[in-house]
Amino acid sequence: MSHPTRVISRLDIKGPNLVKGLQFEGNRVLGTAQQFSEIYYHEGADELIYQDVVASLYKRNSLKEIVQKTSETMAIPLTVAGGIRSIEDINDLLRAGADKVAINTAAVSDPNFLSEAARIFGSQCIVLSIESYRQQNGRCEVWTDYGREVSNFETVEWAKRAEELGVGEILLTSINNEGMGNGFDVEIVEAVSSSVSVPVIACGGAGKPEHFKEVVIEGKADAVAAASIFHYHYCRPVNQPTMSYSSADLRMGAQIDSGNIEFLNEGYGGEDGLMVEPCSISGIKEFLNNNGVETRTT
Amino acid sequence: MLTIVDYGVGNLFNIQKAFQSLGSDVRISNNPEEIINSDRLLLPGVGSYEAGITALKENGIDQVVREFADSGRPMMGICLGMQLMLSVSEENGNWPGLDLIEGKVVRFTGPAPTGKPYKIPQIGWNSISKPGNVDVNWKNSVLESLDAEDTAYVYFLHSYYVIPEDAGCVLAETNYGRDTFCSVLMKDNLVGCQFHPERSGKVGLGILKSFINH
Repeated sequence: MSHPTRVISRLDIKGPNLVKGLQFEGNRVLGTAQQFSEIYYHEGADELIYQDVVASLYKRNSLKEIVQKTSETMAIPLTVAGGIRSIEDINDLLRAGADKVAINTAAVSDPNFLSEAARIFGSQCIVLSIESYRQQNGRCEVWTDYGREVSNFETVEWAKRAEELGVGEILLTSINNEGMGNGFDVEIVEAVSSSVSVPVIACGGAGKPEHFKEVVIEGKADAVAAASIFHYHYCRPVNQPTMSYSSADLRMGAQIDSGNIEFLNEGYGGEDGLMVEPCSISGIKEFLNNNGVETRTT
Repeated sequence: MLTIVDYGVGNLFNIQKAFQSLGSDVRISNNPEEIINSDRLLLPGVGSYEAGITALKENGIDQVVREFADSGRPMMGICLGMQLMLSVSEENGNWPGLDLIEGKVVRFTGPAPTGKPYKIPQIGWNSISKPGNVDVNWKNSVLESLDAEDTAYVYFLHSYYVIPEDAGCVLAETNYGRDTFCSVLMKDNLVGCQFHPERSGKVGLGILKSFINH
């Protein structure tokens, strides 16, 4: 019997802000993480992923506060990723309200960290995050530090190894496809999903509803995560005031720059160069339901 | 006062926040006095059965939880918390539970070798419905807010499920892979949810609200 497929919104977070780049580069500020989280909760996102995009630079995950704030009002599951390097980090985030943590860099440095974490917190809390880069010759390799470092791990082998080490789920992001809106890397998703018996969340490349169907049916993804296609839809609210870039909420403090606010400056009209066809969560779910993929309807 | 039992296992804070958002008087406690002097008890839990039952016994909390259950006051178990209420679990051996409800805990069957593949654990939303073979009434139960609904989705994250001896204890069932399993358990003052109502959006909050108002 079939069961619903999850449609997940991934929020890349820098300070208090939701940002979005292309292939992990050039983060544009689109608004605050809190505002977008609330929208996604009410719009029917099945889960949220918070990715700390500067965790590697600061050598830590800084999302505890936003996790605390949002998990108070949002009764849907939350996975936190970015810079999680120790048992203490995991404990802090779970206590703050995260349901799962996704680990990449620290696991590649020390794979036993995964088994230790699974042993202490239970497999269901521990997600392996794989940032996969497809080379010209077709080899898919694992990158770390949010696209800044290369490892010599091969994607499928690493996924299988992580399952043996005790992770409960795999979050698979294609760096090549991320933000480009041309579809997922269906081939690597299928290769990983059919090699492991734990759920696989496909991420990276959604540009239109068809892509979601493709990655579930051909890619055998158990869940789908997307960022751009949703963020660019919801950052143009129809009946709400445009967020002002000079709002105190969007400033991160005296020492850090305010981020790339060009997109905001153009007053949300600047669709030039958008790689995706923005779509609502319910639009995606409706499309999936009409095409043989059951989703949770609210 | 609703007390969430803290026996060292699981994320209690989301459950506490959920009840607080519903206006409930709620506390987290590992103190036997406080536990036994509550109006309602919530037994949470994530992780392995072995770790759960060991932690419960370590602090003598298993005894006071049994006392509370015997007193007839409302008690809800969530996920591992629900499974611990049964007699035994087959997870990595044979682990005795609190034996508040006769029955056992078993693993999902898993896909057939040549059958359609699916994953374990079940992570995601799935629907709960009235059991097909038993006449069951959801009014005056924790599921009363769902009585009129066609489909209710809630969030699951588990590899094991309960099989109560008495099929009459199954308040709701769910299909996953090759199994149809008990997603909500009810026996007298005891109720169990295999899913996480505190992570199941408005549907889940409705269930928690019914538990408070019962």
